[in-house]
Amino acid sequence: MMASSYNAKDEDGHITVSGPGGGGTLRGKKPENTAFKQQRLPAWQPILTAGTVLPAFFIIGLIFIPIGIGLYVTSNNIKEFEIDYTGVDMSSPCFNCSQNFSWNSTRPCTCTVPFYLEQPYESNVFMYYGLSNFYQNHRRYVKSRDDSQLNGNVDSLKEPSKECEPYAKHDGKPIAPCGAIANSMFNDTLELFYNDPNGTRVQIPLTNTGIAWWTDKHVKFRNPGGDSSNITASFQGTSKPVNWRKPVYELDTAADNNGFINEDFIVWMRTAALPTFRKLYRIINKTSSMVPTLPRGNYTLEVVYNYPVRSFEGRKRMILSTISWMGGKNPFLGIAYITVGSVCFFLGVVLLIIHHKCGNRSNSADISN
Amino acid sequence: MARETEDPGMAKASKVKRQRKKKTKENKTRTVHANLLYDNAKGEENPNRHYANNKIKTTKYTVLSFLPKNLFEQFHRFANVYFVFIALLNFVPVVNAFQPELALAPVVFILSVTAIKDLWEDYRRHRSDKEINHMDCLVYSRAERSYVEKYWKEVRVGDFIRLRCNEILPADVLLLSSSDPDRLCHIETATLDGETNLKQRQVVRSFFDLDCDFDPIKYNSIIECEKPNNDLNRFRGYIIHRSGRRDALYKENLLLRGCTIRNTEEAVGIVIYAGHETKAMLNNNGPRYKRSKLERQMNVDVFWCVIILLVMCLFAAVGHGLWMFQYGDKRPVFDVLSPDGTDLSPIMSAIYLFLTMIIVFQVLIPISLFVSIEIVKICQVYFIHQDMELYDEETDSHLQCRALNITEDLGQMQYIFSDKTGTLTENKMVFRRCTVAGVEYSHDANARRLAMYQEMDSEEEECTSHGGTLPNEPASCLSTQPSAAPWSVRLTFTHFSYSVLSADKPSSDLQEKDITPDPQLLDKVNECSSQMDFMRFHSQPMSQLPSDLADVIDFFIALTICNTVVVSSPNQPRQKVQLTSTKSIQSNHLQVNKGSSSSLITNRSSNKGCSSMLSSPSAESTLTKLDEEQPPRDLEHNFGPVLPCYDGKAWNLEEGELRYEAESPDEAALVYAARAYKCSLVGRLPDQVTMELPHLGKLNFELLHTLGFDSTRKRMSVVVRHPLTDQITVYTKGADSVIMDLIKPPDTGSSKGKRQKKIVNRTQNYLNLYAADGLRTLCIAKKIMSKEQYACWLQHHLEAETAIQGREELLFESALRLETNLQLLGATGIEDRLQDGVPETIASLRKAGLQIWVLTGDKQETAVNIAYACKLLDPEEEILTLNADSQEACALFNFTTFEIYPSSSPSSSSSSHTPPFMVHRLGLVIDGRTLAYALDKSLEDKFLAVARSCRSVLCCRSTPLQKSMVVKLVRNKLKVMTLAIGDGANDVSMIQVADVGVGISGQEGMQAVMASDFALPRFRYLQKLLLVHGHWCYSRLANMILYFFYKNAMFVALIFWYQFYCGFSGSAMIDQWYLIFFNLMFSAFPQLITGTLDKDVSAETLQQLPQLYVNGQNSEEYKPYMFWMNMIDAFYQSLVCFFIPYFAYADSDVDLFTWGTPFTTLALFTILVHLGIETKTWTWMNWLSIAFSIALFFTVALCYNASCPTCYSPSNPYWTMQRLLQDPLFYLLCVITPVAALLPRYFYRACQGTLFPSPIFLRFRRLKNWNIFWCFCNPGKCLYHNDASQHMIRF
Repeated sequence: MMASSYNAKDEDGHITVSGPGGGGTLRGKKPENTAFKQQRLPAWQPILTAGTVLPAFFIIGLIFIPIGIGLYVTSNNIKEFEIDYTGVDMSSPCFNCSQNFSWNSTRPCTCTVPFYLEQPYESNVFMYYGLSNFYQNHRRYVKSRDDSQLNGNVDSLKEPSKECEPYAKHDGKPIAPCGAIANSMFNDTLELFYNDPNGTRVQIPLTNTGIAWWTDKHVKFRNPGGDSSNITASFQGTSKPVNWRKPVYELDTAADNNGFINEDFIVWMRTAALPTFRKLYRIINKTSSMVPTLPRGNYTLEVVYNYPVRSFEGRKRMILSTISWMGGKNPFLGIAYITVGSVCFFLGVVLLIIHHKCGNRSNSADISN
Repeated sequence: MARETEDPGMAKASKVKRQRKKKTKENKTRTVHANLLYDNAKGEENPNRHYANNKIKTTKYTVLSFLPKNLFEQFHRFANVYFVFIALLNFVPVVNAFQPELALAPVVFILSVTAIKDLWEDYRRHRSDKEINHMDCLVYSRAERSYVEKYWKEVRVGDFIRLRCNEILPADVLLLSSSDPDRLCHIETATLDGETNLKQRQVVRSFFDLDCDFDPIKYNSIIECEKPNNDLNRFRGYIIHRSGRRDALYKENLLLRGCTIRNTEEAVGIVIYAGHETKAMLNNNGPRYKRSKLERQMNVDVFWCVIILLVMCLFAAVGHGLWMFQYGDKRPVFDVLSPDGTDLSPIMSAIYLFLTMIIVFQVLIPISLFVSIEIVKICQVYFIHQDMELYDEETDSHLQCRALNITEDLGQMQYIFSDKTGTLTENKMVFRRCTVAGVEYSHDANARRLAMYQEMDSEEEECTSHGGTLPNEPASCLSTQPSAAPWSVRLTFTHFSYSVLSADKPSSDLQEKDITPDPQLLDKVNECSSQMDFMRFHSQPMSQLPSDLADVIDFFIALTICNTVVVSSPNQPRQKVQLTSTKSIQSNHLQVNKGSSSSLITNRSSNKGCSSMLSSPSAESTLTKLDEEQPPRDLEHNFGPVLPCYDGKAWNLEEGELRYEAESPDEAALVYAARAYKCSLVGRLPDQVTMELPHLGKLNFELLHTLGFDSTRKRMSVVVRHPLTDQITVYTKGADSVIMDLIKPPDTGSSKGKRQKKIVNRTQNYLNLYAADGLRTLCIAKKIMSKEQYACWLQHHLEAETAIQGREELLFESALRLETNLQLLGATGIEDRLQDGVPETIASLRKAGLQIWVLTGDKQETAVNIAYACKLLDPEEEILTLNADSQEACALFNFTTFEIYPSSSPSSSSSSHTPPFMVHRLGLVIDGRTLAYALDKSLEDKFLAVARSCRSVLCCRSTPLQKSMVVKLVRNKLKVMTLAIGDGANDVSMIQVADVGVGISGQEGMQAVMASDFALPRFRYLQKLLLVHGHWCYSRLANMILYFFYKNAMFVALIFWYQFYCGFSGSAMIDQWYLIFFNLMFSAFPQLITGTLDKDVSAETLQQLPQLYVNGQNSEEYKPYMFWMNMIDAFYQSLVCFFIPYFAYADSDVDLFTWGTPFTTLALFTILVHLGIETKTWTWMNWLSIAFSIALFFTVALCYNASCPTCYSPSNPYWTMQRLLQDPLFYLLCVITPVAALLPRYFYRACQGTLFPSPIFLRFRRLKNWNIFWCFCNPGKCLYHNDASQHMIRF
């Protein structure tokens, strides 16, 4: 159809042959005949029809369902215990504390929450505190921090970034650590006791290190003036956050867990993604003395109730959980895999039917070709 | 710039100066003095100092002005202003969402990409400017008293420059001297207008007689001319000599910048316009900017996006207000107070949040969309340029895209308006037959020979009979003659069975030159010339010649000399053939007006390259000469000045070797035809034409005047002094319609008158037959003037020529006075062969659902026949011919039509709803006069209604203005996409009006190409351009735009869902860097590759099944509902992509940005796989781009997350990605989410492919079946059917 009938001899008699030099033999502008330039690159042209797509659906289904089952089983093997100690109910042991407590109270309020573990917890147990309805992801809240100050920068210590406003200065003194996140730090103290069947009350040893990201503790967060020097002196001239009871250099007694590198603080500073969240509080390490780590039985949770959540309808929880390779207990992903896999399988069957019912029409054409 | 001037009457230099000071601004002319009179070219004294110098600067910017100027230009685009506004909004602390500096990044990036592109272009311009400015030329130096080499940029107005052969002109130069003996200078103007034939330019008349070298020192005249303008074919002015004498200047005296000097050893001229004021530079305008239909559609959807954005923002703002309100006065700890410690009321927060959300959601209006579209279009243009099949080897030219941004419009055309001559036809003319003095010479032998050529050429083609004989029953029922009724109309339906006239293939050019003479006519020529020779020998008056023989010889003389053909020899293509003295000396009686007296030589007129009429000897000399007895020539001097001066060798050329260069192919065809009868043109000089006749030898005709061809007069004339009779004779050649009206009404009394009348009648008959045969007809006439008549006319004509104001009109009237009372000699029929592949192209374009209208200036019969030949009209179909002679008649006609075909009265809806059975049965032919009525406001709707019910429309005898009016009417009333294609200046207006203008870079210069958006070497390339490239460009771009909307909506919706979980606080879980660079970097490349390379159908299939083009015509790839379908899909996908990670991480200790980073990854995977589903062809480029995208994201993320432990507040994503990569959950999410998100689309596509495949889809499977299917039903029905089914199925 597009055959060119050009013939070289036509040239001779051309009326308006161009000038000297344009002799007509030079074909300078002729495009190159390369696959790319002629848009003829070798290409794979997948055709989406029921027939061609069908295997993909079955394969996805066959892969996803086992994965889903595996995930579901794994998640189910994780043991998790959760107790709400907010004290909303009158019956709750912490009701009193929650009622008449605010940020300004000076006297700590203590309450004791008993609970019963039905299963023994093997291996390391992770102890979390959970907050609900706490919008740690609020835009202005998330911004309200000074990473440079937290990294031990002395200038930032003295002159916190304006992001920390209005929690940058108090009475003319810079706040360390500044910002709303630090100011609202969770400050309940949780202690766990095992009520041995024989009546003794054993305090479960809680490790407060190793709960933060290694990089946070060692790279992102640093005390001003380095780790070795006197931490109290480093924070000289700063003010504690308004809501805090004690300054930052009194968070812990251990030197490597005090000041900005206090792990509770670091954990808190990593703002949660969703309004209902948990944060790692302590780790109950597996020890040879106590097997299993948490035996089944009665326990008591002693709470130093400092943190008010009632004003915004918040809830506080304590969670004990073991952990697997895929994290904490969450059956969702397993269910999701199973569901998606099943749907794929089902759609594959539908396609198979379509293929057999309707695909034949077009296939007959193929055959006739 | 203030131009000085002076009153045209002022001649003295001293007065000039005073005058100049008074009237600086309002003057309309420019005065040029020689610079040599002044010490310094730039000095105070120099009156030329205010004129632009020859340094050109085409760059837009300087180092200093670049930034402000470029930014200013970029902010003309509304989108850029919007994005800058958003970025600046970020600097307001209350509403800012991102780090302000970061938010500027994309805008700055986009702006800087554009700026860098502009800078690069500007730099290239700068380099070429520099190169051009530093070219050398010879300028006369006052100090050195000789020509010295200078750079171009140093040339100034008023300088004398010397030009040598093959040099390029540095500026617009007035030619003052030439080494050419005829005081001519040949230039090649290919760089200006693309015309490759040589143009003659002549020395200013008053400098003619300088036999020695021109001496600039002695020059002391003043030149008055127009101000610089961009009209290449116009130059007006006069030169005032010291003596006070004024001589007019014409464009023939001006050498334009950029042209090349040819065949002239040396020329000297004075610079008139320099640098940017030269005509070449003033003609330089950049590429055209049009907005394509797709882009218009897209802008509607961008507008919808803005609405969606505002709704989302409003929703979030209200949500935030309510969220705040529920806490009442007790502010929770996480609701941070404003920096100064005050708390905002919920309403104020909501208002601020609204602005914040606009920033957060800004990605919805894709900043990179506009840039991406431009990139893709540039690539598309590149590929179109590179297509080998659009390359024409014969002319070494390929398709040019002159408008860069409407490539996709090519895929959406609905109407094609085509010119005929040069567009459908070759515009290579072959002489076929002629009639002289009422006797027809059918040239049967010639026809047989042509037929033989064609058979040779097209052995495998279907044989069509060729029009060697007249068709059996020509269009006798076509009503060309209006009846006597005051308003009348004839409606004719004709069933044609036609022998197709034209060749499907072009035969070689030999046909144009080799004409087998008709023996009868040849005998007559021989007889006639031998008689004349005899008479001359015996000094008998020529009037004794029998009148039919006299007519024959006059006819051939007219063919030979009534033109502007230049003779050259093929061996030395650009050397003018010089007359050798030996032979012509013998012909004593021949008058050669080149005596020894130099006053006679001043009688020069130009003739080459005039499209306007002019050419006149200077007044005095000609008038005096008329009375002069021609002195017997001194043989010594006869050709003295003409002797070849190139290498001292005389040219003795055989006639057969001569080559004729003509501006219009008709002329060349006629000259070649005359040569076949031994009446050959051997030389042409400005003032004389030499032709050789059998027995008589060479005859020199003194050329007194040439009135060039123009489209209003439709004729040209030459006034010569006949060497044998010494009479002043006018030969006129022109369209039959005009010439017939100018024929002297024969006085019926005398026998001569009767004969005349008979000739006229017979010729008219033959003309009708020729036209019916598809030949182009020309009438040849002559007129003999007495010297007194001529002198009288000349006087008026000279007045007209020297007038500065209204010269065109005066010249026109002057021409009218000359061309009256003509005596008809005969007529010629010239065949214009169809271009290669035209019928096939038209057939396949029509199958593609394109309506093709042909608008031509040719006469009706010719046009109808060409239409049959190119299968535009089908012999099967009925022809509706509209020839009305009044508006009422036209109105009546329309009513009649409706009565005959009541069903064909279409509603005002889209054209595709016209009943298909009508579509293929009617063809409409309308002539120019009727068209004028039909285009009237009151009738245009009816006309359109009728025209739409016809399968093809042919408008004949239409003027350029009518052509553009028709296009405009169809375009505006039917709301369709129109394409106009043409090759000549008369198509320019139509090309400019249409949505897409296509120019054929053919034989008729470059005006059409200059005005066009695309320039094609041949008509048949239109097929691939539209069906393949048009389709691809459209579908690629449409899919890319839809994908863009989907992509951005899907990404932004993720953040929107998150607002429900962060108290509508405008928080984003996705790191702001990812958010901003997601579009710009991570996901940019695959879509560009797909947008550039994806082929939904292969080129072969598209050409085999033109029906697939309907896809683009109906905008099937981009319908409003598709936008919404994509939005809904984006909505669904974002829900999946949000909630799977949401539930997977619900109530865990995950932090905000560790949770947010997988979203970026998931979104990236999802949209890439989505693109994969939509990609029809996978080349290694697609794979590579996807791999690159993913690699880029992870690399950037890893580097970014490792780079700084304290930076990038607030996300501070230090080591986040690294940790995520150790988390199996991350991988599990990355697998399941895209699968779940894309499941419906994938399933849908699979079902679509099986249950209701689109026609495009079927290409792979049922190609053969498909064709059979199409063959069974008629095309019109099929299209209709196709429409209906496609509406249902395309997604």
